[in-house]
Amino acid sequence: MSESTELTIDWAGLAPMVIVFVAAFAGLLVEAAVPKARRLPVQVALAVAALAGAFVAVVLNADKSGAVFNLGGTGLGSVIVDGPGLFLQGTIAILSIIAVLLLAERRTVRGGDFVAEAAVVADSAADVEQRREDGATEIFPLTLFAVTGMMMFVTAGDLLTMFVALEMLSLPLYLLCGLAKRRRLISQEAALKYFLLGAFASAFYVYGMAMLYGFAGTVDLAGINQAGVSSGQPRMLLYIGVAMIAVALLFKAAAVPFHMWTPDVYTGAPTPVTALMAACVKVAAFGGLLRVFNTGLSSSAWDWHLILTVIAVATMIGGAIFAVTQRNIKRLLAYSSIANAGYLLIGVIALGEAVGQTMFYLAAYGFTVIAAFAVVSLVRDGDEEATHLARWAGLGKNSPGTAVVFTILMLALAGLPFTSGFTAKFSLFSAALQADELGLVIVGVVSSAILAFPYLRVVVLLWLNEPAPDAPTVNLPSPMAGTVVAAGVAATLILGIAPGFLLDIVDQASTFLNT
Amino acid sequence: MNELPLLSALVAVPLIGAVVVASIKRENADAARWTALGFAGAVAVITALVAVGFDYAEGAPWLQFTESYTWISAWDLNLSWGVDGIALLLVALTAGLTPIAMLAAWRDLDAVTRSVPAFFALVLALEAAMLATFLASNVLLFYFFFEAMLVPMYFLIGSYGTGPKKQYAAVKFFLYSLLGGLLMLVAVIALWVNNGGVFDWQTLVESDPLESGTLQNWLFLGFFVAFAIKAPFFPFHTWLPDAGGAAPAAVAALLVGVMDKIGTFAILRYCIPLFPDATRTFAPWVIGMSVIGVIYAAFVAIGQTDLKRLVAYTSIAHFGFIGLGIFAFTSESATGAVLYMFNHGLATGLLFIVVGFLTLRRGSAQIKDYGGAAKTLPLLAGIFLFAGLASLSLPGTAPFISEFLVLFGAFTHNEPVAVLATLGIILAAAYVLWMYQRTMQGERNPQLDEVPAMKRDLTFREKALVAPLVVAILGFGFFPQPLIDMIEPAVDHTLGFVSDEPVDLPAAEGAGNE
Repeated sequence: MSESTELTIDWAGLAPMVIVFVAAFAGLLVEAAVPKARRLPVQVALAVAALAGAFVAVVLNADKSGAVFNLGGTGLGSVIVDGPGLFLQGTIAILSIIAVLLLAERRTVRGGDFVAEAAVVADSAADVEQRREDGATEIFPLTLFAVTGMMMFVTAGDLLTMFVALEMLSLPLYLLCGLAKRRRLISQEAALKYFLLGAFASAFYVYGMAMLYGFAGTVDLAGINQAGVSSGQPRMLLYIGVAMIAVALLFKAAAVPFHMWTPDVYTGAPTPVTALMAACVKVAAFGGLLRVFNTGLSSSAWDWHLILTVIAVATMIGGAIFAVTQRNIKRLLAYSSIANAGYLLIGVIALGEAVGQTMFYLAAYGFTVIAAFAVVSLVRDGDEEATHLARWAGLGKNSPGTAVVFTILMLALAGLPFTSGFTAKFSLFSAALQADELGLVIVGVVSSAILAFPYLRVVVLLWLNEPAPDAPTVNLPSPMAGTVVAAGVAATLILGIAPGFLLDIVDQASTFLNT
Repeated sequence: MNELPLLSALVAVPLIGAVVVASIKRENADAARWTALGFAGAVAVITALVAVGFDYAEGAPWLQFTESYTWISAWDLNLSWGVDGIALLLVALTAGLTPIAMLAAWRDLDAVTRSVPAFFALVLALEAAMLATFLASNVLLFYFFFEAMLVPMYFLIGSYGTGPKKQYAAVKFFLYSLLGGLLMLVAVIALWVNNGGVFDWQTLVESDPLESGTLQNWLFLGFFVAFAIKAPFFPFHTWLPDAGGAAPAAVAALLVGVMDKIGTFAILRYCIPLFPDATRTFAPWVIGMSVIGVIYAAFVAIGQTDLKRLVAYTSIAHFGFIGLGIFAFTSESATGAVLYMFNHGLATGLLFIVVGFLTLRRGSAQIKDYGGAAKTLPLLAGIFLFAGLASLSLPGTAPFISEFLVLFGAFTHNEPVAVLATLGIILAAAYVLWMYQRTMQGERNPQLDEVPAMKRDLTFREKALVAPLVVAILGFGFFPQPLIDMIEPAVDHTLGFVSDEPVDLPAAEGAGNE
């Protein structure tokens, strides 16, 4: 590149990832060194401390905007610390602290919701044996590895770094999905399905990266954006490359028609892991989409605008319509998460105008959905979660507190004023209108109206139906899960009633480097 | 003008009351009842203070008692309140009808399976949201409460309603309103994007309106459809008979008496000043819808077999008159329409409450389960007839003035339309009198003698709560002038946006001395 070959590294910019990554390895050592009885508190403390440390590091980096690796004064694209990257890293850190608390809940199932070995044949003698044991604590280092991947994913400035991050966030999640203590078989099915489809998505990604490299001569996002204007290579390479990369990213984001895995994996995975996926992975996936499309592909917006619009419409409408027919609360939330991916895609399509609002939406949705899954994990039929909706009938009578909380969350998801759901939709849709995406906004509104029906049906069940004689119990007190629910609901209401501070933050943090 | 933040108090008091009442234990039902009534009474007192301090002079500012507190500055969303004559009249209606509805539901709830404190807390929350929509002078603030009020009403219908279809009715009500609200949200956002980020109503009204044309037409439709669903106008009305039929009678009185007025109020407050050209463009269509609504709903009402559904359909016919009055754009008709909103709240509120007395005694709302009931319930039958006659606009009752003004104004605007609408009066006589005849007169239904409650005429509580409504209906039937003076400046301000000529001032004396 240049004459000088001195490599300078902005370690402070790298700190959030380094902290979590080191803590993940430390967690592995804890598994080896600390006696079994004391592993859980040590692991939880370590994970929470690391994530909190990462959050502090993110805050200290605020207002930074530049490349982490510089070669002789020229920024290398691999890791970029800028407003959106930092905001998303911070969001991931906070949401994953909450998710870790949910993972640590041991009251609802004796010994926790996890087994030690995912691959043991379901219901075999060894499997029955391991179900009697206390849950595995390896889940915490695994989660930290995944979180490192997510943080890297939202700050990756070239496609190669992004691919490494993608794998890093995915592999631990595949494993975590298969660790459910109850209903082993569908948990294993979920893990296998997620892994196989995820592997396909990764393959698409690599293929797309190769095409874009052929087109632009670089995997650097800024370079690809430049090439979108100036490259002399056949444009077909760009089309194929964009399509392949988009397939992989939209798969992670759960957009129609790449959503097939979502309901099965969300249902099969242990509920705390589902919460982690619905909140944190969503943030990471859309963080990646925002960065790729804003900094790498904005110059070729004309080429992908139509197809992405079609996908957004299909995702919004499809997710909402499928949600209407669901009878299982986890599947309902899965389809709702698909529909929400559709709304978020509006923000991606609207490009620069809507970056801040999309990030706001991600944060608001993350808190709400994590609390919703936490409530799901509390409503139990004996040992198992009562996921069938009919079992939730009349919950308001026996457990009014839980029912009030879940009603607030449902109304927030439906987008009613005074909840974060409204604030998020309002700011996202207004940004989209500013970017002249009226059609998408109208589809989004219609989809919201359809989606309100299943949410409302849950509310009807909670309050207006009579409970069955053997109605599920709500497992209280569950200190960890209780904290998660309280934090999620508090954020939902605060972001609904006084969102000003976060709106200001996203407003300041909405500019990508190199746009 | 007045230093006290009275309008903030009007919203805050019932809201605080809702929280207080909700925190009362289920066993202390009586404490919940009296606390709730106390808060509703406080709202009525504050309303009276506002009415006393209000400046009725012709040159007075449009909005009075204005207050504004910053909430979310990024969106120009402020807690801005202000009241004009129209809003003041409807605030008075809300503040008056809510305690009466509470009294009507006093002991009539199924207290065994349902929580009494929750019911009264929901009614107070509903009151707060309804008052806030009348008082808001910020478009987004209005929208917040316009949507938020669905939640308490949804639970009041779905949880405390009667009949097998109450859940269906509650969900239908919610989804209908939510769809309208979301379409309005798109229009709200588009308005905001296109006017440089302003939501403050006064700023919007004082600045130049949007250019007429496609954008203004679409924005008008976005707002109007939400309001037409709320009102509801034909053909957006199908949720009302279900909701009104399933809701407890006291809640139905609030639903039809007050909440539906928010739709017509908002047309006057938002559609006309913000989108004057579009309003003119669509006026013929709205008038057409209104006239169809008047006649169609009247025919359907005649065919009803359920008392509450019948009353709900009569209301749809009356909303047709209100729509006609507003969109005829004459001072008389619009004044009449606003007066109609108020009078309809009194008359239909009373009718729903009396029907509630009846159905609670008989345990059925089916007309066929009655017949000759007046023999044992003379007083109740008398009030029932009075409420029915008021809602068919008999001269001497308050609704007559308003219906007369609407038709009078409509004649000067468009004769054939007015003639058609006048048919509605005849049909109204048919459904009201036939309803009375089938339930109260004629051959006595022998089953009635097996129901002991059907021999118990009005109790003291029931008399006490219908008395103010009867007095108001008669009083404003003979002396409507104070009300007309109250609303006329605001109506003229509003019509100033859609009429080319200076608006003709008071023309109501002739009718007022009826």
